[in-house]
Amino acid sequence: MAETLEYAPKTRLSQAGADRYIVEKEIETEYMTLNMGPQHPATHGVLRVELVTDGEVVVKATPYMGYLHRCFEKHAEALDYQQVIPYTDRMDYLSAMCTEHAYVMAIEKLLNIEVPRRIEFMRVIVVELQRIASHQVAIATYGLDIGAFTPFLHIMRDREHILTLLEWLCGARMLYNYIWVGGVSHNFPPKFKQRVAEFVKYYRPKVDEMMALLTENKLFIERTRGVGVLPADVAINYGCSGPMLRGSGVKWDLRKNDPYSIYPELEFDAVVPDGKLSIIGDSLSRHLVRCYEIYESLKIIEQCIDKMPEDPNFDPHAAVPKRIKPPAGEVYARGENPRGEVGFYVISDGKGTKPFRCKARSGCFVNLSVLPELAKGNLISDVVAILGSVDIVLGEVDR
Amino acid sequence: MRLFATIAPDALAASAAPVAADNAWVKALESFEVAGVPVGVWAIPAIPLVFIAVYALYVGVYGERKVSAFIQDRIGPNETGKWGLLQTIADILKLIQKEDVVPAAADKPLFVLGPLIVFVGAFAAFAVLPFSSAFIGADLNVGVFYAVSIVSVEAVGILMCGWGSNNKWSLFGAVRSVAQVVSYEIPASISILVGVMMAGSLSMQKIVMSQSGEYGILHYAVFQSPVAWLAMIIYFISALAECNRAPFDIPEAESELVSGYFTEYGGMKFAMIFLAEYASMFMTSVILSVLFLGGWNSPLPNIGPVALNDWTNGPVWGAFWIMLKGFFFVIVMMWVRWTLPRFRVDQLMYLCWKVLTPFALLTFAFAAVWELYVR
Repeated sequence: MAETLEYAPKTRLSQAGADRYIVEKEIETEYMTLNMGPQHPATHGVLRVELVTDGEVVVKATPYMGYLHRCFEKHAEALDYQQVIPYTDRMDYLSAMCTEHAYVMAIEKLLNIEVPRRIEFMRVIVVELQRIASHQVAIATYGLDIGAFTPFLHIMRDREHILTLLEWLCGARMLYNYIWVGGVSHNFPPKFKQRVAEFVKYYRPKVDEMMALLTENKLFIERTRGVGVLPADVAINYGCSGPMLRGSGVKWDLRKNDPYSIYPELEFDAVVPDGKLSIIGDSLSRHLVRCYEIYESLKIIEQCIDKMPEDPNFDPHAAVPKRIKPPAGEVYARGENPRGEVGFYVISDGKGTKPFRCKARSGCFVNLSVLPELAKGNLISDVVAILGSVDIVLGEVDR
Repeated sequence: MRLFATIAPDALAASAAPVAADNAWVKALESFEVAGVPVGVWAIPAIPLVFIAVYALYVGVYGERKVSAFIQDRIGPNETGKWGLLQTIADILKLIQKEDVVPAAADKPLFVLGPLIVFVGAFAAFAVLPFSSAFIGADLNVGVFYAVSIVSVEAVGILMCGWGSNNKWSLFGAVRSVAQVVSYEIPASISILVGVMMAGSLSMQKIVMSQSGEYGILHYAVFQSPVAWLAMIIYFISALAECNRAPFDIPEAESELVSGYFTEYGGMKFAMIFLAEYASMFMTSVILSVLFLGGWNSPLPNIGPVALNDWTNGPVWGAFWIMLKGFFFVIVMMWVRWTLPRFRVDQLMYLCWKVLTPFALLTFAFAAVWELYVR
C-alpha cells in the first residue's frame, strides 16, 4: 500500500472497548476502500463517507460534504433582511423554527429593537414544539439505523400532532417563515394554547412508551453502548455542541449558558447522561440526551402556556419594522438548536436593506467533523450507529 | 433402547395412532396418466410450487404487510381490491414487466444463476415436507437430514449473487450471510437431532407418526422430554438466522448494506430471492412443527365419548393442522422482525457460538440420557 494508515485505535477508544474488533496483525490483510453514500440510507441525505476498511473494521473514515450546497450565504447578500428568513428555514429543515429564531435574534440585535413579551413566549412555544419534533425524527431514524422499524412509525404518528399544530398556526408543516423580525407572522389562533396543553398531556406518556420500545431494548443498548465514545475534551476541541457535547458529559446549553429570549425565566435542565445506562460520550448517551430533552421541552412549553400574557387585541406585527435598514455594524447571535449551536454573524454596511455579509455557523457541520475520530476502529455497522447518533441534517451541513 | 431404532410401520399401526401415513394422494397421483403421459408424477412437485407461490403472495407478502401495519399502528394495503388483496398481484405484475437488467461490470453467469440456486435450495426442501398423512413429495428415510443439507445450497447461491453483482456492499452482504448460515446450522442441526432422537427416525412421516395419540397435544415431542422446549427455541432462533430474518438480517441490513447481496437485482430475479426467503421461512416452520409439535397431528384430545382427536385427524385435517402450525411460526417470525432491532456481526457470532451452541449441546446430551434411561 502506498499510503500508510494509522491502524491501532487511540487509547481512549480502547478504554471504551473499541479495540475488541482488531483482527490478528500477523495475518496479511488488504485494505478496501468502500464508498458510503451519497446514495446510502444511513447517511441521512447526500453525505459521502469514504471508508477504508480491513474486512469489516473501519481503518479510516473521511466524510465528503457539499452535495447539497446551495450558497445560502451568497444568496443572503442579495436579499432583504426579511427575505433571508425562508432561506434559513431550508438550512435545517427539521428544525426550521429554531434556525429562524437565531437569525431573527441577530437582526433584532443589529436593529436594537425590543420585542413584545407575548411574542417571546409565542416564539419559545413554537421553538420548543419544533425541538420535540426534531428530536423525534432524530430518535426515530436512529432506530431505523439500528434496524428497529416499528418505533419510527410510532414516533411519526406523534410527530404528526406537532406538525398539525404548526400547520394550523402558520399554514406550513415544515418550512414556516413564522418568526419575523420584531414579531411573528400570525397570532395564536383561538384555543391554540389549549390544544398545545392537550398535546403535552397526551405526549408525555408516549415518550415513556417510546423509551420502553426503543431505548430500553436490550438489542438497542447492545448496539449503541460504548460505540463511538467521544471524550469531553475532544468534543470541546472540535467545537461540538448540542446533544453531541452534552452526551459527552459537558453541561453546556445555550439556553442556560448564554440565555436569550425568555429562557432565564423558565425552569428546565440541561440534560447530561448520568452514566448508569450508557458510557458517557457514547452513541447511547447522545440518544439518551435527546430522549430526556423531550421531557425538558415539554416542561418549558407547559410553563410558557401558564406564564404567557393574554391580550385579546394583540397584533403580532406591531413591532415589525416596515423597512429594515440597520446602521453599520456587525453582530453575532446564536441559539440552541436541536442539533447544536446555530449562529448567525451578520454585517451591515449601513447603506442598504441587504446584509453585507451573513455567515451561518452550523452545529451539524461541526459535529460531523468529529466523525473520522469516532469511526476509526469500529465496524461498518457501528459507523452507521455513530452517524445516526451524530444526527446530521445535510441541508444545514452544506447550507 | 429406542435410540435411533427404526419404528416398524406395523407396530405404529397397531398403536394408538389414529391415522397412518400411507401417502395415498401421492400414490394416486403417481398412477395418474393421460394418454401415456405421466401427468400425475409431474403434478407432485408442482403442488408445493403452486403452494409456495400462493402462500408467498398471501401469507408472505400480504400477511407481512398487514402484520407490520398492525404492529406499527398503520392500515397497510387497502386500496387495490377488497382489503388490498390484489396489492401483491399488482406488485408481481410490476416485477414481471421490469426490464431484466444485468449490470455491465457484473459476472453474468453467476449473477443470473445466483437467484435460481437460492430459490431451488429453498424449494427443494419442500420435497420432504409432510403436508398431510397422505401427501409428501418424497418420504425419504433421511428426510430431515436431506432438508437440512439441501437448504445449505442457498449459501452457495447467496455467495454467487454477492460476488457476481460486483458491488462491494453486496459482497459484504454475501460474506456475512454465508458466515451466518454456516454458523447457525450447527445449533439448528443439534436441536433437530434432539427431535430426531425422540422420534427415533429421520423420516418426516415417521417423526410425525411417533407423536400421534389419543391425547392430542400431550403426545407432541415438546411435552415428552423436559428439554425439548429448549431445543425447540434454539431451533427457532437458528431458523430465524438461517432465513436471514430480523433480528439476524445483517446480510441484507437495509440501513447498513442497502440490501446486501441482492442490491443489484430487480424484476423477477429479485422476486426469486424474495420468494426463496418466504419459502425457507415456511420450510423451517414446518420442520419445527414436525419435530416438536406433532406435524399434521391434531392437538385436540379425546375426552371420553367426545373423540375430538379422532374427529379432527385425517389427510385433509392433517393438511389443515400443518398449515396452521407452519403459518403460526411464520407470523411469529414477522412479529419478531417488526419488533426487534438488528444484531451486529460480532454479536451474532457470539450468540451462535457462545450461547446457542453450548446450550444446544447440553440439551442434546440431556435429551439423550432422558431417552435412554427415563422415557
